[in-house]
Amino acid sequence: MPSVWNSGLSGELSPATAKAALGKPDRQALTSAATAHRRRRIRVWAIRVALVVAWLGSWEAAATYWIDPFYYSKPSAVWSKLVDWFTVGTSQGSIWEQISVTMQEAVGGFVLGAVAGVVLGILLGRSRLLSDICAPFIKAANAIPRIVLASLFVIWFGLEMSSKIATAFVLVFFAVFFNAFQGAREVDRNLVNNARILGASQAQVLWTIVVPSATSWILASLHSAFGFALIGAVVGEFTGADKGLGLLINHAQGTFDAAGIYAGMIVITVIALLAEWLLTALEGRLLKWRPPAAGAEAQI
Amino acid sequence: MADDVIELRGATKRFRSTSGGIHTAVHDLTMTVAANEFVAVVGPTGCGKSTTLSLVSGLEPPSEGEVLVAGSPVRGIPDGVGYMFQNDAVLPWRSVLDNVAAGPRYRGESRAAARAKARTWVERVGLAGFEGYYPHQLSGGMRKRVALAQTLVNEPSILLMDEPFSALDVQTRALMQDELLRLWSGTGAAVVFVTHDLEEAIALADRVIVMTASPATIKGSFPVPLSRPRDVEELRLSTEFLEIYREIWESLREEVEKARKGNASRAA
Ligand SMILES: Nc1ncnc2c1ncn2[C@@H]1O[C@H](COP(=O)(O)OP(=O)(O)OP(=O)(O)O)[C@@H](O)[C@H]1O
Ligand SMILES: [Mg+2]
Repeated sequence: MPSVWNSGLSGELSPATAKAALGKPDRQALTSAATAHRRRRIRVWAIRVALVVAWLGSWEAAATYWIDPFYYSKPSAVWSKLVDWFTVGTSQGSIWEQISVTMQEAVGGFVLGAVAGVVLGILLGRSRLLSDICAPFIKAANAIPRIVLASLFVIWFGLEMSSKIATAFVLVFFAVFFNAFQGAREVDRNLVNNARILGASQAQVLWTIVVPSATSWILASLHSAFGFALIGAVVGEFTGADKGLGLLINHAQGTFDAAGIYAGMIVITVIALLAEWLLTALEGRLLKWRPPAAGAEAQI
Repeated sequence: MADDVIELRGATKRFRSTSGGIHTAVHDLTMTVAANEFVAVVGPTGCGKSTTLSLVSGLEPPSEGEVLVAGSPVRGIPDGVGYMFQNDAVLPWRSVLDNVAAGPRYRGESRAAARAKARTWVERVGLAGFEGYYPHQLSGGMRKRVALAQTLVNEPSILLMDEPFSALDVQTRALMQDELLRLWSGTGAAVVFVTHDLEEAIALADRVIVMTASPATIKGSFPVPLSRPRDVEELRLSTEFLEIYREIWESLREEVEKARKGNASRAA
């Protein structure tokens, strides 16, 4: 028997007062909160800069007067090395080419590993049978010191990019897989039941409940996963390559060029920080429904 | 009877308890609910009221006996069932509007059509202006309204409600009770409303079912011959209301005391 829930309504509603215009005291409170916030930021940054200056200064002074800069190098030498790389070029050719090669390997391994990790993690997280079958294999695979596989991949795929992508892939896959698995496991039963009552099919439950629930778990793992992708690419290049930042560092090691090793480290760090910044922006967009962490917003 | 939309015949539900034993949540339930009937279920805490609703909704199969909805045995979730859970189940990552639009979307309507439907229901439950808010930005009472709109947008012919207003303050609760009656009147839907508040049960229902202490079975079924439409707040003070209250409370009190003793002995 069909029911008609939309008839017989008086239509009278309790008025909802959404955001009204801000009154004068509110505006004052907002400005003073903004000033306090700005002052705090300036102080935090001033202290950060002071710490970096003190550190680099003492290193420079120590390397100039006491310790042997041949082994430990010094900030000014590292800086001139960087300038040299970006203006003249490296021993292996243009620095941009090295960066581009390493980036392609890291991003390739990251994307493939993350996609595979998410898909398999959610699949196994939702299927008792599959996860029971696969559990021992995955535990064993996770126990392998995976970085060693880099050597194997060089034999399999040669010195080309594909061997580094494979190394990055295995490192990323496991980091993402376990989080996606856990995220899919911990979905609130109440939400799943509610969706089923509202008419959701199995596939709809997966797309609208399980995947969004697991998203915060997955995004958390992506931060460390990009770091792993870079490690995979660089270690792969160490093991055998004809291009890339890892090769550059390896070459610097071969010629006892400590400044070159530091310079390579700095370039990789900057790349990692940029990726981290991108991922944080993505996370902010995808998780905008979450309440802000305590203390993250300026209190009024 | 022909228009009994819900029928339980000797339904029993057992769960495996954590200690490895068997726990009987509800035992030999036999009851019917007709179309256009508002039934309230009261009973001591933990007796098995939520379990009864999960049997009717098809989320849990009975261990024994039969559950029929619209004349046919329940397998999976029957058509036309709406269920407001004891713990609200709004999706934290969706805005109010998209939460309410979930049902029509699942049932294959286009995004625009689902949203248009949702918008009218958001207004009907008094949340106009909050369409874009996320659940964490709402008060507890507002979240309950979202859950109500989310359930009603599917226009259920059977509405199961599990202590929907118990977390609300007294004023908001009275307001929501009035609104529920207003929204329900004329829909022809059968309502099973679980509550631990006997006043609420009498104010809303055509019939109050009292359940025994665990394992729950039906102790008594009391008609509430109060005319509709009702004004919940005025009703509470009338002598008829107090008489009915006394009669049902007499029956419920025994069970509440039994449950209390049972808990005390289990805790000891
Ligand atoms: N999935 C389950 N597994 C095991 N035991 C359960 C399960 N669901 C309910 N129970 C048990 O069944 C009994 C009845 O639970 P139920 O939730 O139906 O009670 P209730 O009457 O709704 O209580 P309240 O008024 O506190 O909500 C409880 O003792 C509970 O521990
Ligand atoms: Mg309950």
